[in-house]
Amino acid sequence: MHDIYQFVSGPLARLAFTVFVIGSLYRLVQMFVLVYRKEKFIFSFMSWKYSLRSIFHWIIPFAAVNMQQQPIMTLVTFTFHICLLVTPVFLLSHAVLWEERWNIRLWSLPDQLSDIMTLAVIGCCFFFWGRRIKLPEVRYLTFASDYALLGMVAAPFVTGLIAYHQWIDYPFFMILHILSGEILLMAVPFTRLSHMLFWPFTRAYMGSEFGNVRHARDW
Amino acid sequence: MNEPVKKVAEIIPDEGIDAGLARLTEDRIENTILRVLNGETGARLKVYVETCIHCGLCSEGCHYYLSYDKDPRYSPAGKVKQTLWEMIRKKGRVDKAFMRQAVVIAATQCNMCKRCAMYCPFGIDVAYLMSVVRRITHLLGLTPQYIQATAHSHSVNMNQMWIKEDEWPDTLQWQEDEARSEIPHLRIPLEKEGADIMYSVIGPEPKFQAQLIYQAAVIMNVAGVNWTMPATPGWDNSDMAMFTGDNELMGRIKRVHFETAGRLKVKKIVMGECGHAFRSVYDMGNRWLGWKMPPIPVFHAIEFYYDMIREGRIRIAQKYAEPVTFHDPCNVVRGRGLHEKARYVVNAMCDTLIEMHPNREHNYCCCAGGGVINCGPPYKMVRIDGNRIKAEQLFAVKARGARTLIAPCHNCHSGLEDINHYYGLEMNIKFIGDILYQVMKKP
Ligand code: SF4
Ligand code: SF4
Repeated sequence: MHDIYQFVSGPLARLAFTVFVIGSLYRLVQMFVLVYRKEKFIFSFMSWKYSLRSIFHWIIPFAAVNMQQQPIMTLVTFTFHICLLVTPVFLLSHAVLWEERWNIRLWSLPDQLSDIMTLAVIGCCFFFWGRRIKLPEVRYLTFASDYALLGMVAAPFVTGLIAYHQWIDYPFFMILHILSGEILLMAVPFTRLSHMLFWPFTRAYMGSEFGNVRHARDW
Repeated sequence: MNEPVKKVAEIIPDEGIDAGLARLTEDRIENTILRVLNGETGARLKVYVETCIHCGLCSEGCHYYLSYDKDPRYSPAGKVKQTLWEMIRKKGRVDKAFMRQAVVIAATQCNMCKRCAMYCPFGIDVAYLMSVVRRITHLLGLTPQYIQATAHSHSVNMNQMWIKEDEWPDTLQWQEDEARSEIPHLRIPLEKEGADIMYSVIGPEPKFQAQLIYQAAVIMNVAGVNWTMPATPGWDNSDMAMFTGDNELMGRIKRVHFETAGRLKVKKIVMGECGHAFRSVYDMGNRWLGWKMPPIPVFHAIEFYYDMIREGRIRIAQKYAEPVTFHDPCNVVRGRGLHEKARYVVNAMCDTLIEMHPNREHNYCCCAGGGVINCGPPYKMVRIDGNRIKAEQLFAVKARGARTLIAPCHNCHSGLEDINHYYGLEMNIKFIGDILYQVMKKP
């Protein structure tokens, strides 16, 4: 068990971060090269002002008309994304690791709060799962891979919660926790989770097209 | 779990599609799809397809989806699923039945109105994705017959309606004669080099709606602008090739239009009240030709009326009394942001404007645009049933007192007329020009 722990928390962790960073950069560079090679005209109407205007309107809860029309989804999706991004970075036990391994000192969340945020992520995953099953327009678009992605996102949080509270078999769940986190990280650049990388660009593009060419709002 | 792509319930016979299918082989389909996916498209397609998280949030953006009882097959992403996702997943190896369904979806179940782009959290542009499908079907020779016939007319005559070269100046002369009985010195100046404005219209105006040319001539004359119309091909600003995926023809059409304006050395082009033509001249055709913006500034009629009223060149004798409501056409509102100028004009002409909801950028499309109405009678009910939501929106504004519906776009007009009749709305549908001509001060 100890050897496995050493492996997943050492070399595999480094690999996961490397794949995540290099993979993400690769995807972004690939996108820019493609624009440069085939759709150069896109550069001609990109604008910082309208890109930021669009991004701004879509990161503020309820700023877009569709967010107002779907209030529950808006609440869930904002909660989900905030907790998903904040918890793993600022969790106290992760903060310790940041400092131990990379000598980065981060502010950290009180344990109780991170517990709540972890539960929130898991709850939101259930919500998304229910949505995929219940709403015909979402079910129609859902593939097995969509459930797999949901599972991949939920896994590190579920296992982390179990391991932190040491409810059952701590070492085993700790390893599972690390492993599932690493899988998730490595999956970001190469699955639909890559919307994490691309969304600022799709928004910036639509924002610029609407602002610069169409002189209209895009929210 | 993922549901299989279902067949559309009813297969509407269409010679353009069926004869095209008969000629195809699966190899040709595969090669053509790959040619477009790998050769012609770029980052937008790739990123849109890979970023889409299958959340369905774009659904509420689409009037087809809302009108067809929220049937997911009509949701924006649902249409992509039934077309591009499958083509990509199968690396182009799809069969004829699939292609038949794909062309019906792309050509008749999407108006390319881009409303859904405002509902997707990533701003994924399903209209663009449908245009990629149309490009594929064009290259395969699978375009619905009616719209292909108009594209052929463009190719042969450089106008949409098979109007011969001598019929065009004849029509203008006829309208000039008619208008002279109202304003004796009125002219429709032909081929006037160095005029400020070249006025261009769409093919159906001389063909069926010559009174619109009459009205425009009166407005131009009263406003006292220095204008002209070309006597040669290039007078038609419409463009069905843009909607069939025939980009090369789109380029030819726009080139003739711009070159005609260039030959006449005008300062700007003013276009009649048409939305799709504006999109072609302002956004699509110019870019295909390599111009970021049109080489000669282009103004939609709304902007022209706005300027004329603001500058006091056109005055209102007596405002239009019947309460009106205003339909924001996608191509000039979501496409050019003319909603406030349009309201300025409407308020200047009319006593009471009652807004429909939603409005401005969020207005529901007329369901005729994007070439759908041009696919002809076989699909008439697809778009009338597919826009029940528009009828509901209009009934609601009618209940609040609106009797006249102003729509400054030809496609919107025809589509809304169908909705008006079918659902028994009984509203008067008018162009801005109809009312302006009626209420303006004339000498
Ligand atoms: S009709 Fe309009 S809203 Fe519907 S899919 Fe097409 S572009 Fe989107
Ligand atoms: S809203 Fe956007 S991301 Fe969601 S299914 Fe529609 S196109 Fe895809």
